[in-house]
Amino acid sequence: MKQEVICIVCPKGCHVLVEEINNELVFTNNSCARGPIYVRKELTNPTRILTTTVRINNALVNQLPVVSSGDIPKNMIIKCVKALKEVEVEAPIKVKDVVYKDLLGLGIDILATKSLEKSM
Amino acid sequence: MTEYDIVIIGGGPAGLKAAIEAKDHGIENILIIERENQLGGILLQCIHNGFGIHEFKEELTGPEFAQKLVDIVEEKKIAYLLETTVTSINENKEVEYISSRGYNKIKARAIILATGSRERTRGAISIPGSRPTGVLSAGSAQKYLNMDGYLVGKKVFILGSGDIGLIMARRMTLEGATVLGVAEILPYSNGLTRNIVQCLHDFNIPLHLSHTVTNIIGKDRIAAIELSRVDENLVVVPNSQTIIEVDTLLLSVGLIPDNSLSEYANIQLSKLTKGAIVGNDMQTSIAGIFACGNVLHIHDLVDYVVNEAKNCISGVIAYLNNGNKPFEKINVINNSGIGYVVPHFLNPLKLKNKQRLYFRVTRVEQNVRVRLAKDGVVVKQFFKSHVIPAEMDYIEFDTSLIADCSNISVDMVKEVKK
Repeated sequence: MKQEVICIVCPKGCHVLVEEINNELVFTNNSCARGPIYVRKELTNPTRILTTTVRINNALVNQLPVVSSGDIPKNMIIKCVKALKEVEVEAPIKVKDVVYKDLLGLGIDILATKSLEKSM
Repeated sequence: MTEYDIVIIGGGPAGLKAAIEAKDHGIENILIIERENQLGGILLQCIHNGFGIHEFKEELTGPEFAQKLVDIVEEKKIAYLLETTVTSINENKEVEYISSRGYNKIKARAIILATGSRERTRGAISIPGSRPTGVLSAGSAQKYLNMDGYLVGKKVFILGSGDIGLIMARRMTLEGATVLGVAEILPYSNGLTRNIVQCLHDFNIPLHLSHTVTNIIGKDRIAAIELSRVDENLVVVPNSQTIIEVDTLLLSVGLIPDNSLSEYANIQLSKLTKGAIVGNDMQTSIAGIFACGNVLHIHDLVDYVVNEAKNCISGVIAYLNNGNKPFEKINVINNSGIGYVVPHFLNPLKLKNKQRLYFRVTRVEQNVRVRLAKDGVVVKQFFKSHVIPAEMDYIEFDTSLIADCSNISVDMVKEVKK
C-alpha cells in the first residue's frame, strides 16, 4: 500500500510515494535523491529542531529565545517544551550559551539564540 | 542643528546591514534611530529557525540572525538611539524625532527608510460581527508570547495560511493552546510547504482551504467564529457556514510596508508594492532619501533584505559623492504573469555591471521561463521549475544586455515541452 510523505528538503515539496516491497522501501514521485533519504527518516525516526523561549530574569525582556543543539524525536517535543517551562536563567546571557544541558537525557543541549545584558 | 552623513530610520535587518555597509565604505557620521528598546527589528520575535541559509550558510533563528548584525554594529561603534520614534522627514532631509528625553530635529545628507511593515488588520478586511477582545494579528500574539511571555488564548483559530499564521499555529500549540484550525481563502496555502508539514501536519491541525471567517461572535471576549466556504471567485457559498467555539482569533492576512513617514513627506509610492517607487540605486522620488527592506516591498527571506540594504548603500554613496545628474529613465515593466518588479526603473548613469530584479509571479506555476525584454524584444530567459506568488524570486543579468533602451519588461511563459 502506498503512503504519501511530503518532502520538505527543498521548496518543491514533492509528494513522495513509499511502498514496502519485499521488506524494502521503494520510493516514487521524488525529483531527486535527497527525497528518499528524508522520507525514510520521517517514517522511521522523525525528528525536529526545537525552538522556544525560556524565562530570563533581570534583562530587558523576560523571555529568552532558545534552540536545541540537535534534532529531537518528534514525539518528545511537547515533553521537552514542558520541561523547559521550569527553567529560569539570569542575565547576562550570550548567544550560544548553554542554558540547559542534556535535556531529558536525549544528549541535546538547549542554547540561547540571543544575547541579553543585565538591566534593572 | 546636528547634521549626519546618513540617518537610518529603523534598526531591523535592513537598517543594521545598511549601517554596517556604510561604515565599511568609510562613512563615519551614521545614526540609526529605532523605536523599540533593542536593535533587531521583527527578527527578535521570530524565534523559529530557517533564517540565513543564503547569507550565512547556516540555519539560524531570527534572533540569532539579528544578533550577528547587532554584534557588528556594536563592534564598529555605530551610533544608535533606542526608544526613539521618528515623527517626520522632509525633502530638506530634516528628521524630527521624539523619545522620553523630548523632541529633537536633526539634518542628514542622506536618509534611509528601513521602517519595515505592519500587519493587515481585521478592519482592513472587514470581518463582520461584534468587536470583542481576543481578535489579534498573528504578529501581535507572537510578540506577546515570545517577548513578554503571555499566551493570548487557549482555544485558537487562525485566519490566513501564510507563514506567520502557520508558525503561530505551532507555537501556540507547543505552549499549551489548542489550535482548532487554519482557514485560507485561496484554494492553496501561500506558506512554505515545510511549514505546512511542521506546523500543521505535525499537530493534526486542520487546514480549511477556500474558507474564510464571516462573523465574529462574542460580547466582551470572542466566543465563536463563523467559518464559511468560498467559491473560485472568493464569493461566500450560501449555507456553507459552521460555527466554531474559540477564545482567540489570530489574523495572518498580509503585511503592508509601513510608509507613514513617506506619505507625509510626499514620497511617490507604488500601488503594486505599497512601497516607494525607486530606481536601481534604491533612491526614492526625493533626492537623497532611499528605501530598503520591507518598507520597500514585503520580503519572505531576510537574506534578500540584507542584499537589498547592501545595494542601497551603493546608491547612497554614489549620491553622497556625486549627487544626482539628470538622466533618461529606463522603465521596468511587469507583464503577463508578473505581479510587480523592484526596482521600478533604472538610471543608466548609475547602472552597475550586473542588475538584479526582484519580482513576484501572479499565479502558481511549474516549469516556466521568466523573460527579460528590452524595448519589447526578449534578450534573456530564465528557467524556473517552480514559482508561487508567496515566494519572491529574482533574475540577474549583465547590464550590457539592456544598453540604450527606454524600457525593459519582465514576463512569464510556460516552458514548451519538446
